[in-house]
Amino acid sequence: MSAQLPTSPTEAPVQTNDILISVKNLRVWFELKKWGFSHVGWVRAVDDVSFDLKRGEAIAIVGESGCGKSSLMKTLLLLNRPHQGQIIFQGRDISNLKGKELKWYRSQVGFVQQNPYGALPPFMTVRRILEEPLLINGVKAKAERMERIRQALQEVALTPVEDFLNKYPHMLSGGQQQRVVIARAMILEPKLLVADEPVSMLDASVRVEILRLLRKLQQEHNLSVMYITHDLSTVRFFSERIFVMYAGKLVEQTHIKDLLSNPLHPYTVALLTGTSEPDAANAKHLKEVPPGEPPSLVNPPTGCRFHPRCPNAMPDLCDAKNPPTFEPLPNHVVDCWLYDGDRTAYPETS
Amino acid sequence: MHDQPLLRVEDLVLYFKTRRGHVQAVDHVHFQLSPNKAVVILGESGCGKTSMAKAILRLLPRNVSRYSGKIELNGEDVMGLTDEEYRTRVRWVKISMVPQAAMNALNPVIRVGDQVAEPAMVHLDMDKEQALNLAQEMFQHVGVPVDFLNRYPFELSGGMRQRVAIAMALITKPQLIVLDEPTSALDLLTQANIMNVLKTIKWETGASYILITHDIATSSELADEVAVMYAGQIVEVNDAESFFSSPLHPYSQKLMASVPKLYDDEQPDFIPGRPPSLLDPPKGCRFAARCHLRFEKCDQDPPTFVVDGRSVKCWLYEQESATVIEPAIVKGGVS
Ligand SMILES: Nc1ncnc2c1ncn2[C@@H]1O[C@H](COP(=O)(O)OP(=O)(O)OP(=O)(O)O)[C@@H](O)[C@H]1O
Ligand SMILES: Nc1ncnc2c1ncn2[C@@H]1O[C@H](COP(=O)(O)OP(=O)(O)OP(=O)(O)O)[C@@H](O)[C@H]1O
Ligand code: SF4
Ligand code: SF4
Ligand SMILES: [Mg+2]
Ligand SMILES: [Mg+2]
Repeated sequence: MSAQLPTSPTEAPVQTNDILISVKNLRVWFELKKWGFSHVGWVRAVDDVSFDLKRGEAIAIVGESGCGKSSLMKTLLLLNRPHQGQIIFQGRDISNLKGKELKWYRSQVGFVQQNPYGALPPFMTVRRILEEPLLINGVKAKAERMERIRQALQEVALTPVEDFLNKYPHMLSGGQQQRVVIARAMILEPKLLVADEPVSMLDASVRVEILRLLRKLQQEHNLSVMYITHDLSTVRFFSERIFVMYAGKLVEQTHIKDLLSNPLHPYTVALLTGTSEPDAANAKHLKEVPPGEPPSLVNPPTGCRFHPRCPNAMPDLCDAKNPPTFEPLPNHVVDCWLYDGDRTAYPETS
Repeated sequence: MHDQPLLRVEDLVLYFKTRRGHVQAVDHVHFQLSPNKAVVILGESGCGKTSMAKAILRLLPRNVSRYSGKIELNGEDVMGLTDEEYRTRVRWVKISMVPQAAMNALNPVIRVGDQVAEPAMVHLDMDKEQALNLAQEMFQHVGVPVDFLNRYPFELSGGMRQRVAIAMALITKPQLIVLDEPTSALDLLTQANIMNVLKTIKWETGASYILITHDIATSSELADEVAVMYAGQIVEVNDAESFFSSPLHPYSQKLMASVPKLYDDEQPDFIPGRPPSLLDPPKGCRFAARCHLRFEKCDQDPPTFVVDGRSVKCWLYEQESATVIEPAIVKGGVS
């Protein structure tokens, strides 16, 4: 994003490098125990992940099932504690917050979970569902609570509000349920919204509806959004930057346009090749995608974790040494040996 | 030259009885499918795709209140068969199915090799050894390592379990395989790999597919023809080429516009409103309440018009159409 020009002499330029949250060398490992006590190993769900997220910025995290997307997100919500590394929120390390401060932090981060069906308590009305976070956070005046509930429902376009206040989740369509989930995530006016596969269970048309709603909320409230998905095709309309995750690591980070026009990591290239666009010609040939499946995170491959599936893997290097992060192009970083300064073997990209 | 269709479905109806009334899940549906072709059934959740597959395979729940129409397989009306005849001569033998969420429906306590071998023992009269040999061959076809034959489902990833479910549907070498959302719960690259498997099988064995999905982009990986379902009815049958470039029905056009494109700046759009209830669908065109092109005539139920061999259930095509299908015979799709 380039800095915008001030629209009037008195207005300050939009702060584009105002960082809301900064993650440094984050590790989320889960201990594997046998018979419940003896240690047998670690699930390295998030391994050495670093990134910054600016105020008002939407980023997408893309990767396959089990690569650690939800673990990363749960850690940002402090539902998991980081095993190692730091999470800096508005300039302060929050990884060890407790009690009141933890409650405050959680009110700053809204959460839209993976599956709308089952995300809402079945025996509560919409009003009750939205009232709960307000009660927990000490909004004592009933009139104020009702006012904020109405406002939240209006923002997610569940109108007329009266039609929805007393409904139970099962009386709503999947798309409407997801709107309630979003309203609940927004009701405490968070600074960051984390959306974990918010549309993967919904029909194509409803997906577009919900993603547009999230985009609108982001822009109107200058919200930072982390959008977690395995669907690359929706990312373009939803976020400024994209992080590609593979087997617990972020392997490429850049602006969405740069990623589409010039993907650097061989795994990103594979994801782009694997994404279909509706075209009858697709049926006439096979797709050239790497075989195999993502590795176990208990014993991930040595060296680069993608090397067993990588068409560009270099023997004695990729299988032996973990690639560090290179920045071959401005604001475009990649963890892959192909971009080591003294090599010129860039893969073909179209 | 028109060869005989492999499958011809005419005026197929399947209603369910519930406490709140009759669910008109499949309502006078027509389409046909030629040998070695794949027809994709597209439509939103709840429009009746799985019900239609069940109607074709005669896998009916107890609360069916109406089941009628004609299903011809290689020219033979299989609706006339008794359940016993259908079971021994048609299901698995000529038509098999990979059900929705098949990878989670495998029996957890039986080795996957034995599960794949079973249809061959039951329907092809093979002994266990022959059947296991054939199962091994099927594993190779779908890309499951043969030493997985002895594993239990929980020892396999979702993608591998889905391949096992496909191997099970293939083992009897049926002419037609119904695939209900075969890749929707899987990862992108696994999805692409399984689509490759399905294409290769189609090219090598000459099988036909009915592919049920709501994933429009992925469906183009396999489609020769596309049938679009809306609220229990098929509203368009078109060849893939023409469907993906210029769909006919206003609903199909809106569906296509909702697909986000990777390399295109055009914003995807959504269809306002929701499909009608199948308990008491509107009398006229069922899409009318959401249609941007509706006009006076749309209060009446449109027949299916045939335009250049494509069929479309929409009044806009009344003038162009040479043939009208009014519950009688339909010639949708291309052969
Ligand atoms: N509490 C836990 N204890 C042990 N292992 C865990 C725990 N939570 C997650 N894992 C493991 O960590 C890895 C990453 O899981 P995670 O849910 O973060 O993946 P994901 O990318 O969100 O996948 P999906 O796309 O399927 O939602 C997986 O191997 C998972 O089994
Ligand atoms: N046994 C049944 N009894 C009553 N209603 C049923 C029964 N089976 C399905 N239905 C209803 O029939 C309609 C069509 O369901 P069906 O499962 O065929 O839809 P679908 O297009 O396959 O949807 P999805 O994409 O969600 O799988 C739905 O309204 C569903 O609730
Ligand atoms: S480091 Fe080596 S194996 Fe890993 S992605 Fe790059 S080329 Fe492939
Ligand atoms: S019949 Fe009328 S309402 Fe129905 S799709 Fe055609 S134009 Fe729209
Ligand atoms: Mg997840
Ligand atoms: Mg279904």
